Amino acid sequence: MRLFTENSLPRELFTRGFFIAGGAFCLTSLVLLVAGAPPWPAFYHLFVGALGSWSKLAQVLMVWIPLTLCACGLLYSFRIGLWNIGVEGQVVAGAIASTAVLRFGLESGSPSLMIVMAFAGGMLGGSLWAILAGFLKTRGGVNEIFGGLGLNFVAQGITLWLIFGPWKRPGVGSMSGTELFPESLWLPTILSARLSPAGLVLTVLALVVAAWVLNRTRLGLALKGIGSNPRAAYLHGLNPNAYFVIAMGLAGGCAGLAGAFQVAGVYHRLIPVISSNYGYLALLVVMLASYRVWGSPWIAFFFACLNVGSIQLPIVLKLDSSLSGIIQGALVLTTLLVYALRK
Amino acid sequence: MRIALRDIRKEYGKVNANDGIDLEISEGSIHGILGENGAGKSTLMKVLAGYTVKTSGTILLNGRPVVYDRPSQATRMGIGMLYQDPLDFPPLTILENFRMGLDCGIVSREEAYRQRLREMADHFGFHLDPESAVQRLTVGERQQLELVRLLALGVEVLILDEPTTGISSLQKQALFRALRKLAEEGKTILLVSHKLEDVEALCDRITVLRRGKVEGDMGLPFESGKLLAWMFGNELPPPPCFERRTEKGVVTLAMDGVSASGGRAGLMPCRLAVRRGEVVGLAGLEGSGQGLFLRLAAGLEKPETGKIKVAEEDMTGKDHHAYRARRVTFLPAGRLEEGLMPGLTITEHFALQQEQGMMIHWPKARERAEQGIERFRIRGTPLSAAESLSGGNQQRLLLALLPTNPLLLLLEHPTRGLDMDSVQWVWGKLMAYAVEGTSIVFSSAELDEIFQMAGRVLVFFNGVVVKDVRTCDTTMEELAKAIAGKG
Repeated sequence: MRLFTENSLPRELFTRGFFIAGGAFCLTSLVLLVAGAPPWPAFYHLFVGALGSWSKLAQVLMVWIPLTLCACGLLYSFRIGLWNIGVEGQVVAGAIASTAVLRFGLESGSPSLMIVMAFAGGMLGGSLWAILAGFLKTRGGVNEIFGGLGLNFVAQGITLWLIFGPWKRPGVGSMSGTELFPESLWLPTILSARLSPAGLVLTVLALVVAAWVLNRTRLGLALKGIGSNPRAAYLHGLNPNAYFVIAMGLAGGCAGLAGAFQVAGVYHRLIPVISSNYGYLALLVVMLASYRVWGSPWIAFFFACLNVGSIQLPIVLKLDSSLSGIIQGALVLTTLLVYALRK
Repeated sequence: MRIALRDIRKEYGKVNANDGIDLEISEGSIHGILGENGAGKSTLMKVLAGYTVKTSGTILLNGRPVVYDRPSQATRMGIGMLYQDPLDFPPLTILENFRMGLDCGIVSREEAYRQRLREMADHFGFHLDPESAVQRLTVGERQQLELVRLLALGVEVLILDEPTTGISSLQKQALFRALRKLAEEGKTILLVSHKLEDVEALCDRITVLRRGKVEGDMGLPFESGKLLAWMFGNELPPPPCFERRTEKGVVTLAMDGVSASGGRAGLMPCRLAVRRGEVVGLAGLEGSGQGLFLRLAAGLEKPETGKIKVAEEDMTGKDHHAYRARRVTFLPAGRLEEGLMPGLTITEHFALQQEQGMMIHWPKARERAEQGIERFRIRGTPLSAAESLSGGNQQRLLLALLPTNPLLLLLEHPTRGLDMDSVQWVWGKLMAYAVEGTSIVFSSAELDEIFQMAGRVLVFFNGVVVKDVRTCDTTMEELAKAIAGKG
């Protein structure tokens, strides 16, 4: 299913954006009114909660990093026409792999090398997990949506088993996760706000690489060709099955980096909900960005603002923080609606 | 009911599926609509059944013009259609399907319907067990069910689209008996088919469609020769036969006992050799095995028995890319569905042809696209997306993308849907390849085209190559007969 064409005119995009934002705003306001909450203060606190101070902004960026990394990965798999729902499991697999590396490096003399290794391991872990889904599709005929979804549950199960089994805290395992890593193994941050410059650089790099691969290389064009028409691409000498696996590997690699970041940069341990559902959220991000590389970071930033901003709502307005989910959902719904109506 | 169609037109984009059709069908008759695939028969019937909305024209029932745009409205006026694939609900039982569209109200009158179904089935000699699930029935039985259902709805005009495809000969006899009975009872029957023998055996009158127009109309007794000529066209006298230089002994494609299943008919074991520079036309009704033959020769389908050799090398069981490496190229009939990549520009198509290297050299790709556009006179720019091109220009683009110096070109309906100018142009290019020594094998629904372009013709009927002759040594009539299975 292709919702968006590559070559929509900027003006048309602007018009659509206007309708989408307006529609989502109305829909969300409606939900707020039904819930008996005043819409304006809710939106105001959402905004202030996300961008009201430098430390808030840093928090937003710490959400933006893994979300954008996942989105980068999905750009590859969407380009070849795959619905990589398994991105969530690939984040988890990356997190597990990087935790394993960091546990191995607890006694190591050079912690910064171990952190680099943890990211490499995360990338590898996510990549392998995605390639598994790719092989399930090409060799076993399992649709990538079902294969990916199944593997998500498996990855989640492995996480719980590790937390309560082999990697449990000394004494007793608990839902709060594995033992915290020593600070030397934390991804360095600046400010008291805990912002990781390395994470930012990594994410921007991932975006640049994605743009370069997708638009400049033979690989990128092959992904696009197969995504458009696998049968024709085969007649033109491309092997769709090989590229399906490659695209999944790239997607999983990026998701794995997000997982490694969650472990080394945010939680400093493995926790049961290590992915924070950023994988699923990234699917929405990329769709809303019309599958464009340079649209994705902005949408991801907006979604990150919603996530961080909504934390304030229960405290200030006695509203549940799930409002951010409602706004995100409303956005997706109105987008689908606007694109269907203006076709 | 008496039906008159006046100047019916149906356009799909630029294609005229029905191009001003006039037709009269008298009450109580069985009227056959004959024509090759793509002649416009199905479109015309779907217009009559309210399934497709016509572009213009008038339908008169008993002399009164009527307007409708939904199958349910057509049914209310007494017109019902039995589609090639019966429109039923496989998980439901026969009785439940039978009641579909008949039943309204809250009270279940199951017993009454069961009784009615039994009576109607008995009337026509059908064996329909009300309780068995439709998914366990054969196509023939589902057809019988659909027939009695339509009659129970009070249909006076019954349209049957290719009803004899996929049913046994016993079921065919039962169906024909039932149809004759219905005609005697005053119902009007329209039988759509491309099978001459069926139409001849059953109908009182036959109308032949060709390229969206009425080609001719005939009452009993039928003259097969004339009907065939109408179906396949004979505006052009067969051109003077020309001997094409083919080098003896140099075989590019050899098939030895190759058979496969798939498609409508599969392919029965066939044995033949195509030589260097030879142009071979594949004739036959759509789905008689030509498509499968081409795909086997391209390595897109694997043979179940036999051996395939390309330039003396055994290629049996290898995939298309191995064939491609030996300069075998296949151009599918579905240009946009299978040949090109919609959403990609002409330049991007050329860029994918670039052999190696991780990076795409865009200026070079653009240059090659510009050259291709000029050499193949494609109406488009390097940045035009494939789907924005017309059919003719899509075919030109596919030809422009061909590797230089192919060994064997396999083409499925290379000129289908193209305007005359493009047709001539495409063949000009293809013939230039043949002169250079490329072997060309193409399928076509147009016998004229085969006579004009091919030096040799293979006729397929039900998956069997029933004729393999040089075009010089045969006639249009002989081929037409072989195509209809009467050879």
